[in-house]
Amino acid sequence: MKTLRDVSVGEYANVVKIHGEGALKKRIMDMGITKGTRIYVRKVAPLGDPVEITVRGYELSLRKQDAEILEMS
Amino acid sequence: MEIKIALAGNPNCGKTTLFNDLTGSTQYVGNWPGVTVEKKEGRLRGEKDVVIQDLPGIYSLSPYTLEEVVTRNYLVNEKPDVILNIIDGTNIERNLYLTTQLVEIGIPVVVAINMMDLVRKNGDNIDIQKLGDELGCKVIEISALKGKNTIDAAKLCIQVAKAHKHQELPHVFTGSVEHAIAHIEESIEALVDPKELRWYAIKVFERDTKALENVKGMNEDLRKHMELHITDCEKELDDDAESIITNQRYNYITELVSRTVKKGRVEGALTLSDRIDQIVTNRILALPIFAVVMFLVYYVSVTTIGSQMTDWTNDTLFGEWIEPGARSLLEGAGVSDWLVSLVVDGIIHGIGTPLGFVPQMAVVFLCMSFLEDCGYMARVAFIMDRAFRKFGLSGKSFIPFLISSGCGVPGIMATRTIESEKDRRMTMITTTMIPCGAKLPVIAAIAGFIMGGAWWMAPACYFGGIALVIIYCIILKKTKYFNGDPVPFVMELPQYHAPSVKGVLIHVWERLWAFIKKAGTILFLCCAVMWFLASFGFVDGSFGLVESKDSILAVIGGILAPLFAPLGFGSWQTVAATLSGFVAKEGIVSTMSLLSAIGEGVEEYDAAYHDAYLAFFPTTMAAVAYLMFNLFDSPCLAAISSMAKEIGNRKFFWFAILFQNLGAYVVTLIIYQLVGLAVGQVAFSVWTIVALVLLAGLLYLIFRKAPEKEYTSVGQIATA
Repeated sequence: MKTLRDVSVGEYANVVKIHGEGALKKRIMDMGITKGTRIYVRKVAPLGDPVEITVRGYELSLRKQDAEILEMS
Repeated sequence: MEIKIALAGNPNCGKTTLFNDLTGSTQYVGNWPGVTVEKKEGRLRGEKDVVIQDLPGIYSLSPYTLEEVVTRNYLVNEKPDVILNIIDGTNIERNLYLTTQLVEIGIPVVVAINMMDLVRKNGDNIDIQKLGDELGCKVIEISALKGKNTIDAAKLCIQVAKAHKHQELPHVFTGSVEHAIAHIEESIEALVDPKELRWYAIKVFERDTKALENVKGMNEDLRKHMELHITDCEKELDDDAESIITNQRYNYITELVSRTVKKGRVEGALTLSDRIDQIVTNRILALPIFAVVMFLVYYVSVTTIGSQMTDWTNDTLFGEWIEPGARSLLEGAGVSDWLVSLVVDGIIHGIGTPLGFVPQMAVVFLCMSFLEDCGYMARVAFIMDRAFRKFGLSGKSFIPFLISSGCGVPGIMATRTIESEKDRRMTMITTTMIPCGAKLPVIAAIAGFIMGGAWWMAPACYFGGIALVIIYCIILKKTKYFNGDPVPFVMELPQYHAPSVKGVLIHVWERLWAFIKKAGTILFLCCAVMWFLASFGFVDGSFGLVESKDSILAVIGGILAPLFAPLGFGSWQTVAATLSGFVAKEGIVSTMSLLSAIGEGVEEYDAAYHDAYLAFFPTTMAAVAYLMFNLFDSPCLAAISSMAKEIGNRKFFWFAILFQNLGAYVVTLIIYQLVGLAVGQVAFSVWTIVALVLLAGLLYLIFRKAPEKEYTSVGQIATA
């Protein structure tokens, strides 16, 4: 399964499915990452984590570990 | 009749700027009942009977963060007359997500689209009329920063509130979801206010148990019946109910935006903010830039302006002018000694101590609020997250630690920028382990007078402090309370923008005033009590003003002394000096000098001082242990009272105090006994075994396996 973690910096990908449940899943979806959303991976923090993505026209950062619940295509 | 307008919107949407603009100087700042979330209220400029209630910045009305729960409880239970929903026009999709939830509560909503100047500059065009028609509410364009249309927005709210017209709800959900919601509405119709029926029905569908606590008369049969409809819908759409709702809201918004917003910018085109960010959070440049920014913050607030102003307030304003002035005035008037002492040493000094912190805190808050408002603070968290997460802290904890090396009081106040309550509390407990400026004289005295001016002692103390912070955090993170994150680290990186001067100043003033009021009163009382203990006592059977060696403090020191014998400094003088350190840490040295009959004002090393100090400590190791305990026990009263205020929970506050002192005691005991034994200054005794057992316990706490980590919701925290 390809997750957001596997998307390289400077690439676009679409959300296929959001795994997991509860607070993390809800929070990620509340921020606008839903099924079919196009995500651009803008950069990785200087220490290697977290990542910065562009979603729905704004910048969002999330940890790689949490990015794993996002199945991408 | 009074009209209540509630301001709701996402974080960083300009809500605070709008609130400041609408209310001017009529703001009242407090806390929401039971939580440390800030609550602000004010009256509309020129309209006495219009109250404006600022709500916390939130992205959603989910039950997962304190801010969200506070907001929705307020909206549902307090029922303001109208909601003014502020939307960042440059980020319209995510901002409208909250709007689709707000309109369901049954309170009329007015949408104010902020930052319209930026929207136009980007070449975007928003069809206000159409957007309003589709959402079923009035929409107005504003620019909060420039004060454009802001009063008109408030007037529109008043108009809407007075009209009492039913607003048409937008058609957000698809057929099968609406079908299930219709069934739920039918089932709970009799149990809730008809205006809130839609809101509760959707919450039932989402299985939001926290919202349903408000619904009386819900029974098991009813629940099972509704559950049937929910699971049917979940099966059909192959997702959980909560996600179905979120998905469909965003689908609706995507549609809505495509009909009403024309984007002038091509996808991927960089704004000025994006270009700044390319440099500021660049993989290579980010850390050096961060170091420079932090150095500037430290330099301005700790080493230069901040501490100079505080020193001036303490030493010159109070120390040279007010206190001696008041003393000579009172003595000239022939007032008795104890009264002079009460007024000057007790009351004036008691008031002066907290006031002395105010200028430095002003500078620190100015820096903090600037960093926060311009958008850099979010980048600090982004850059430092990885380094701090290992110890269970937020990247934003870096700043309190840095400030604390100057003074713990503004350091504790700087924890305010950390959103997660657990991270904030953990930072507050540990941040004063970093030696502050007032502890330097103690370090200098021990290193200078006992160890012959060992240069490495001061750096060793800082590294020791940092090591202890890390150890404490690792231990605390594995406890039941601190384990797990209440909010996952999914953070918006807002666009950079120049902060409004007025906004920053209001912010600084609010925090300062809160400190003066709260910390000032507690601190004043504590200082007065300490003055009393240090100045009064029994001599020859009569109670009165006495020399410090006869004071109640000395008596208490004597009683507590045996407790500190295993740490190597069990004399009443050292213990009394430690106690006086709770007023101000620099007091430790002056008290010791006073008790050793050297007199005050010792600065340079002299053989005579060496002997006088040596009298307190049998060995060098004992002096080091004494220093350690005084560096790492609970901070001075000023810091303790700020901690009490910022923690806002009595039980947890006492836990923090106990943890700090017990921690200092245990760590000092281990070091004194074991290192002392190794260097041959301490003999083997039963305490050596105690130290070994404590060391084993400490190591267990550090290395034990952490309980399974999971994201917890607010509801779970409350019951934990």
